[in-house]
Amino acid sequence: MSFHNEHSWLLKVRNLTKVYGEPNERTVELTGPEFGTNICPETESIVACAGVSFDLFPGEVLGIVGESGSGKSTVVKLLYFDIEKTAGSAWLRPYGDGKTNILEASGQQKRYIRNHLMGTVYQNPRDGLNFSFSSGGNIAEKLIMAGHMHVGNIRERAAYLLDKTEVPVRRMDDRPAAFSGGMQQRVQISKAIANNPPLLFLDEVTTGLDVSVQARVLDLIRELQQELGIAMIVVSHDLSVIRMLTDRTLVMKHGRVVESGLTDQILQDPQHAYTQLLVSSLL
Amino acid sequence: MIENIKYKKSYNFGFIDESTKKEVRRKLLKAVAIPGYQVPYSSPEMPIARGWGTGGLHITLALIGRNDIFKIIDQGSDASVNACNLREFVQAMTGCRVTYDTTEATLIQTRHRITEEELREDQLFVFQVPQPEPLRGVERYEYRTRQMHGEADYAKMWVSLYESFVRHGDIMLGAGYPVKVNGRYIMAPSPIPRWDIPNLHQAKTLYLFGAGREKRLYAVPPHTTVEPLEFEDVKFNIERFNGASCSKTGYRRAFLDELFLDDGSKTFVINDSNFLDKMEQGDPIHQFTNPYLDQLV
Repeated sequence: MSFHNEHSWLLKVRNLTKVYGEPNERTVELTGPEFGTNICPETESIVACAGVSFDLFPGEVLGIVGESGSGKSTVVKLLYFDIEKTAGSAWLRPYGDGKTNILEASGQQKRYIRNHLMGTVYQNPRDGLNFSFSSGGNIAEKLIMAGHMHVGNIRERAAYLLDKTEVPVRRMDDRPAAFSGGMQQRVQISKAIANNPPLLFLDEVTTGLDVSVQARVLDLIRELQQELGIAMIVVSHDLSVIRMLTDRTLVMKHGRVVESGLTDQILQDPQHAYTQLLVSSLL
Repeated sequence: MIENIKYKKSYNFGFIDESTKKEVRRKLLKAVAIPGYQVPYSSPEMPIARGWGTGGLHITLALIGRNDIFKIIDQGSDASVNACNLREFVQAMTGCRVTYDTTEATLIQTRHRITEEELREDQLFVFQVPQPEPLRGVERYEYRTRQMHGEADYAKMWVSLYESFVRHGDIMLGAGYPVKVNGRYIMAPSPIPRWDIPNLHQAKTLYLFGAGREKRLYAVPPHTTVEPLEFEDVKFNIERFNGASCSKTGYRRAFLDELFLDDGSKTFVINDSNFLDKMEQGDPIHQFTNPYLDQLV
């Protein structure tokens, strides 16, 4: 599809691991799909994800699919610095020319990366939006963090973004609590793309929305992706979301990547038993 | 008339024991070294409940010497209940001379006002602070506000100003307007009116802030940059009183109290009682050079 070479990646992730509890040196060995669990039998620590590695290229959409507790959201939360890693490295091309492990960055550097180089849309709008601020204020927060200090310009940009995500601009000064679920999700998307980040995380964005609203939000995401060329990591348990949005997919189970490849290939010709089960259970 | 209170020699000079005074002074040195940074301190027990000016008292009593001349004001007034009681306490515990006169005093404690008269290098100015955390309104967790200060992550504060502007057409903060000190920390100036904020900037005096209940001290050293938060197109401004002037003196370039009369009408009087007395007696006064006063018209 594209002519990527080893050096053109946007985000490079190696051996990303998150363990909760007090693991011993055998914890990672004794868990995973082949053991049918991610709870260590010796220490009862939980391996949320282990040894996750992948490259993401500019403008590419990568899907992560798996059942609840498979560790797919953990991967995104680690990369967005919502939680601290246990082990692993990640490099982001626009930050320090991709030579700095962003997972080891200081709090201040991480905030810079989050505000300028990444955006995220959570399943629950309450995680991504501040419900005590207006929707315009939420977008303003991102813009202010990037150094915009002119109220007129901030409002102009916020109105543009809301219009782009099909939120009525006249509702800009209303609080998100007064919005429907689909609108809240679109405000979250406006906020996430406010500073034109090269990378966007979407964590179960359409879960919990009704089917017609889901379709509109997915359409919107696809349009934005094509227009702005943002690279995305889409986390979903829903194969139709993965099919609609993504170029490549990682399939996760018990904290491990069990299969990866082009989305079409995975959906047409699943190799791993779990992926086969997942595809065959598609309605 | 100030009542003459007898010095109670049976207590340690300044009520607080010497080692605790030393601790408070050491924390104050740290506060001066890092302008606007909130330094935690012991906030020792006082015979007054925390939250009633104990933070200011701790600073006053840790710094006061036998030759100091003490003045205390409460919202501009030397004679309000809070001011009188704390003054009597300081008198009883130190035997120091006390005064109403701003220029005569060497150590001034205040609740929610800066004097109209300009303060000098040889004076100390101590604020009583109810809430030292400027970010409390936007972040309820203490560990988060500390992290936000540490990383200079003040976006939420700015958004709250943006929200105020969007909702009211102006930044509607009557008292305690947030300021940035020395280009680094955002600081709660204690609930002084916006009128007083410009007088914190590049002042000759050492400003000390004490929050007894919250156990925090902070400071603005002399000749330090103190900027009110403002956007490029939405600016900070002081109170205007709709062009009113003091009903006793006709003066307009001082912070005014709005008084309601029995017939329902209202009148304005200069808030700073010592400043008002001096004006009425025709004494010489030297006010702060507040650049915002020229915008009053």
